[in-house]
Amino acid sequence: MASCVQLLGASPSPYVNRVQMALKLKSIEYELIEENPHIKSERLLKANPVLKKIPVLIHDGEPICESLLIVQYIDDAWNNGPSLLPSDAQDAYLARFWALYIDDKNVDFQWYPLYKELREAPTEEARKEVLDKIFEGLVLLEKAFLKCSKGKQFFGGDNIGYLDIALGCYMGWLKVIEEMTSIKFLDRSKTPGLAEWAEKFCSHDTFKEVVPETQKLVEIFKMVQGRGKPASG
Amino acid sequence: MAEELKLFRTWSSPFALRIVHALKIKGLEYETIFEDLSNKSDSLLQYNPIHKKVPVLVHNGKPICESLVILEYVDETWKQCPLLPRDPYEKAKARFWAKFGDDKLFSSIWNVFTTQGKEQEEPIAAAVQNLKPIEELLKEKKFFGGETIGYLDIAFGWTANIISILEEIMNLNLVDEEKFPLLSAWMQNFSNDPVIKECWPPRDKMIVKFQVMREKYLKAVVSQ
Repeated sequence: MASCVQLLGASPSPYVNRVQMALKLKSIEYELIEENPHIKSERLLKANPVLKKIPVLIHDGEPICESLLIVQYIDDAWNNGPSLLPSDAQDAYLARFWALYIDDKNVDFQWYPLYKELREAPTEEARKEVLDKIFEGLVLLEKAFLKCSKGKQFFGGDNIGYLDIALGCYMGWLKVIEEMTSIKFLDRSKTPGLAEWAEKFCSHDTFKEVVPETQKLVEIFKMVQGRGKPASG
Repeated sequence: MAEELKLFRTWSSPFALRIVHALKIKGLEYETIFEDLSNKSDSLLQYNPIHKKVPVLVHNGKPICESLVILEYVDETWKQCPLLPRDPYEKAKARFWAKFGDDKLFSSIWNVFTTQGKEQEEPIAAAVQNLKPIEELLKEKKFFGGETIGYLDIAFGWTANIISILEEIMNLNLVDEEKFPLLSAWMQNFSNDPVIKECWPPRDKMIVKFQVMREKYLKAVVSQ
């Protein structure tokens, strides 16, 4: 019996993209139901009454929330394709730890908040300070990449895995930020492993067929800015 | 090969206590290293350079950090007495609520603890709101894990450990037995379980510690 899989989300959201990437890697057919993240529909509030956020995966009527948890659920519930999480407990630990770090608002390396800080930096000095923090975080991720990939092309080894998805979902918006600031964040001279990984990841179908093109994201960004909406953290 | 297992913790950290409980349930032998967080050891900083926190579990020289992630690691590495549910959907739910406990519930309880008087009204309402879905989870169940203590019981252990202490200090009843009968019963069942009871930090010491903390917070607010 074919199972019914629906994804409540919005395609510019990197968190929704994570789930889409996982579904794609497992060749799972699903229906994307576009939600406006600023106007919470009845359907969203019913599916995620506690946190009221996208993405929500609805599998045979049962809702699963929180992007990283959804990816783990997809890995647990479907056996087709290679595992997204490594089978070795130590490797699985590293994947989980670093994925949490990437999303952690309480560590220095964050994405949108730091970008906002960058844009709003009043002086060249303040700007440099934020950039230093970002690059510090990237150096940590470079080390993580070298450890997890063990010489292969992805964090997950030969195949795209959990940690590739956790970080890779941000690559679309990263390109927008690079375009807006004229700064190359994934610099081969500073973080060669990550730079190479980003190139490979972004040319993979998993990324190309899920994340909207950079120009589309730039348009969305300008539209949101134009509305005078404060960039959400 | 003899396994080498070390746990860096403090005597009072409820997050470190999670690992103590998990290791006890799994019947594992390990060495405890007590840390003074005002004077962190070189070892701790070496094993957890990013977060610099306890708990850290060191297994055959490799550090594992972040308590909920450590629980997953322990459950995956030692298969006896499984902590997480087998069913993928139940597993996802358990992980979701554990995260909710840490992200939302804990901070809302803490906001009650660090305020007083009029300023406490809103935090109290928020905390009560966050407790409601937890009460719902316990319908027809003795423990979150079912008949026996599991991952989510361990993850929520901090509520049984700390809330009554904060309530006593504040002279405030948050987890009201009438409003939250199931959660109140669970807290009793959990803390009285022989495996859990054995590792419970001494209540009088906890009261002193948190009393001092509350005084510091309230003083800081007044001087602002």
